[in-house]
Amino acid sequence: MSINISETLTFECETGNYHTFCPISCVAWLYQKIEDSFFLVVGTKTCGYFLQNALGVMIFAEPRYAMAELEEGDISAQLNDYQELKRLCLQIKKDRNPSVIIWIGTCTTEIIKMDLEGMAPKLETEIGIPIVVARANGLDYAFTQGEDTVLAAMAHRCPERSLLGDEREETIQDQAMRNLFPLLPLRKGGVNPGPINNLKKHPPLVLFGSLPSTVASQLSLELRRQSIQVSGRLPAQRYTDLPSLGDGVYVCGVNPFLSRTATTLMRRRKCKLIGAPFPIGPDGTRAWIEKICSVFGIETQGLEEREQQMWETLRDYLDLVCGKSVFFMGDNLLEVSLARFLIRCGMIVYEIGIPYLDKRYQAAELLLLQNTCKEMCVPMPRIVEKPDNYNQIQRMRELQPDLAITGMAHANPLEARGINTKWSVEFTFAQIHGFTNARDVLELVTRPLRRNNSLEDLGWTSLIKGEKK
Amino acid sequence: MKLAYWMYAGPAHIGTLRVASSFKNVHAIMHAPLGDDYFNVMRSMLERERDFTPVTASIVDRHVLARGSQEKVVGNITRKDREERPDLIVLTPTCTSSILQEDLQNFVNRASVTSDSDVILADVNHYRVNELQAADRTLEQVVRYYLDKARRQETLDRSVTDKPSANIIGIFTLGFHNQHDCRELKRLLQDLDIEINQVIPEGGSVQDLRNLPKAWFNLVPYREVGLMTAIYLEKIFGMPYVSTTPMGVVDTAECIRQIQRHVNKLALVSLDRTFNYESYIDQQTKFVSQAAWFSRSIDCQNLTGKKAVVFGDATHAASMTKILAREMGIRVSCAGTYCKHDAEWFKEQVQGFCDEILITDDHTEVGDMIARVEPSAIFGTQMERHIGKRLDIPCGVISSPVHIQNFPLGYRPFLGYEGTNQIADLVYNSFTLGMEDHLLEIFGGHDTKEVITKSLSTDTDLTWNYESQLELNKIPGFVRGKIKRNTEKFARQNGIADITVEVMYAAKEALNA
Repeated sequence: MSINISETLTFECETGNYHTFCPISCVAWLYQKIEDSFFLVVGTKTCGYFLQNALGVMIFAEPRYAMAELEEGDISAQLNDYQELKRLCLQIKKDRNPSVIIWIGTCTTEIIKMDLEGMAPKLETEIGIPIVVARANGLDYAFTQGEDTVLAAMAHRCPERSLLGDEREETIQDQAMRNLFPLLPLRKGGVNPGPINNLKKHPPLVLFGSLPSTVASQLSLELRRQSIQVSGRLPAQRYTDLPSLGDGVYVCGVNPFLSRTATTLMRRRKCKLIGAPFPIGPDGTRAWIEKICSVFGIETQGLEEREQQMWETLRDYLDLVCGKSVFFMGDNLLEVSLARFLIRCGMIVYEIGIPYLDKRYQAAELLLLQNTCKEMCVPMPRIVEKPDNYNQIQRMRELQPDLAITGMAHANPLEARGINTKWSVEFTFAQIHGFTNARDVLELVTRPLRRNNSLEDLGWTSLIKGEKK
Repeated sequence: MKLAYWMYAGPAHIGTLRVASSFKNVHAIMHAPLGDDYFNVMRSMLERERDFTPVTASIVDRHVLARGSQEKVVGNITRKDREERPDLIVLTPTCTSSILQEDLQNFVNRASVTSDSDVILADVNHYRVNELQAADRTLEQVVRYYLDKARRQETLDRSVTDKPSANIIGIFTLGFHNQHDCRELKRLLQDLDIEINQVIPEGGSVQDLRNLPKAWFNLVPYREVGLMTAIYLEKIFGMPYVSTTPMGVVDTAECIRQIQRHVNKLALVSLDRTFNYESYIDQQTKFVSQAAWFSRSIDCQNLTGKKAVVFGDATHAASMTKILAREMGIRVSCAGTYCKHDAEWFKEQVQGFCDEILITDDHTEVGDMIARVEPSAIFGTQMERHIGKRLDIPCGVISSPVHIQNFPLGYRPFLGYEGTNQIADLVYNSFTLGMEDHLLEIFGGHDTKEVITKSLSTDTDLTWNYESQLELNKIPGFVRGKIKRNTEKFARQNGIADITVEVMYAAKEALNA
């Protein structure tokens, strides 16, 4: 079998007629992550119906987000935006009293040029609650990039790092760790002296990107094994606990869609960015930790063994996926990292569709992808930015991949045509970061394969009446 | 600006897309920013649609914003024309892109020059109408377009079918139990020996629309969508229409009688005879549908005077109110709808069948009303179901907004005679859950806090004496097991081996304490 192994990655850009979620969907996970926040989406009925319906985030119990629904009077500028927003924010303050209100600007506020950034500081002092403005609009961004806009806006609100501040933060971190892992030996515990206890003196490290709190603790723990202390996170669990930033603070991203936040941290907050592959899959996690260690001049300890050990636990899944092919239609910007991990698992990736690729922010990840392809002796996948779903479906018809990772709109129709699918949004919401969660990624990836193994003999692969044309 | 947490009806473009994608071989182009095309997700996920939703978004991004979107929109229309060869391409903006005030009609004109398909711009004001109104409007627009075209080309055949026939107007995608209702209506018309001329828009072909006037009359089952089309057809072609929703035994009969009147007008002239459906109505009402018998049965007697609240779209809420009040003797404390544009009709319909009327699209008002009224059951939308959950009041879902639960795989119509059975089941099950709660309270049967024995069959050392067994048997079957377990648990805890009637009640008291 001859496989043409191209040495370099090729990037293409298609028409951009593809389906993905609106970036305001980040509200759905960020409001849970930042516990004392309130998200106010300033947009139209279309935005509201999206949150309520397509994303299935139903506002039933005690919501910490709402729509400021723009009506005809707002659009035609008959009403005063400032007064209207003030009325709504006072209502929110009365009902919920959050520590911060985050205004999510939408396409509509962009088009009518509503000056949210101009109004926020004035209203903030008037009502006495911080107001952060993020422009998570579909004109400029796709799906998960909504988080990027929010975190970039929040980066401006992080306190300036002072030398006195450091001590305090570390104690808070310790306390938090102790709460999560009561059995874990900490520095002052001294019950079980090991590598964890000998934290090396290194510059402060702030991780950015939202993660479920257990996953965040797992990553901190992995870093502690290498005697690295995480001094803060963006976003923090509470708005009031935002990390201190400034010259001399190192920052590292955990999600591949945060290029704007990275730029803001570097340029506006003078932080130093650690450009690493993302901690997805045992290979990515190891590379991520290694990179951080190398920046701090720390030699890693037992990291290779740790990775190896993780691969061992994945053995049963690897047998299932090895040699299978996968096609990413492009949705949540996690595609490159996931593809790299799946290639390492022995899969063949035909195409990586992705809404947007920041080649600088993802440079380390792209390099790892390239190296992984070489080591595994598989062809480099084609990377298609702003894909065209129609063309992709034509390509899929030819390639017949074993699995398509796709947005929700295409899953059922592809299944009906005998192509196994997995929703890309599941990777957005599932716990996929770090060593321990690599299993969860493969659990998701193999589910359609396992399901179809059990249905195999029934002959139900094509469930459509004669395709047109 | 409005602080909004939830909305009953979606934005206008959703209505337009629902109509467009219900027709066969019609493609819709959305002029919208990235992410506004979630209609595709709704259709594919809620309705478990097997085919790709025929909707393509022509994305508005910064580039387009700076340069205008003509090139892109026209390009996308001609491209879809080539790729999919649709009969019709419908262009629609969303709330967002309609603010750009671009001359979309001009784009459409340009695109139609080079396209084989017909191209139209959905004529809807995105800030003044909701999903349902927009759907009604778009359907009328499409029908009018094709009938005008046929008239221009003089291909319009004004003759009617030989036998009585009907069009069913307003069955479409993402509708509340629409598919099942449609099957039931077809069966009903078939029973009456009436041919189905066309069903639109679901599964209909725009090329056939010119034959709509061949039918003897139009049937509009839901007044939210289809009424405008029916009124248009009446005005231009003199086609009569029936818009009485055949929901519930009484209104189904009423609907059939109206059909009979329209059919006979024509039958007298063209067939020289008349039809009488009375015996059919009588047979169905008394023996085929179980709903009339249910109303008469002892089960339903227990529902007499129970309080209920009804809320939903105008069609379903009005019909449900009438069914509960008129056919089951249930007291409707409040009937309401979120179809504010149809308030007058709704009020007129439910007048005299309920204590109060609520017209609002604010779910908090509905929630407050339910909390104040404290009904025994709610019949509403998914929203009211959740309100009910919080207040511990059972709720039967009778209306859109749709949820994946409203697309059951089995046959669950709300219209026609089978619909009456489904509704009776829904009502009975909603209330009995309430009654079960009540009985559980009487006998202290709420879920055991700790498991007493691992096995469910209590094959134990405890003995029930004759009286206590008799007493146990008096307890309704569905709570008997629980009462038995609770009593035995109590006995075990207190070291009692022989269970008497006294022990039973002591157990009940102990659990209530």
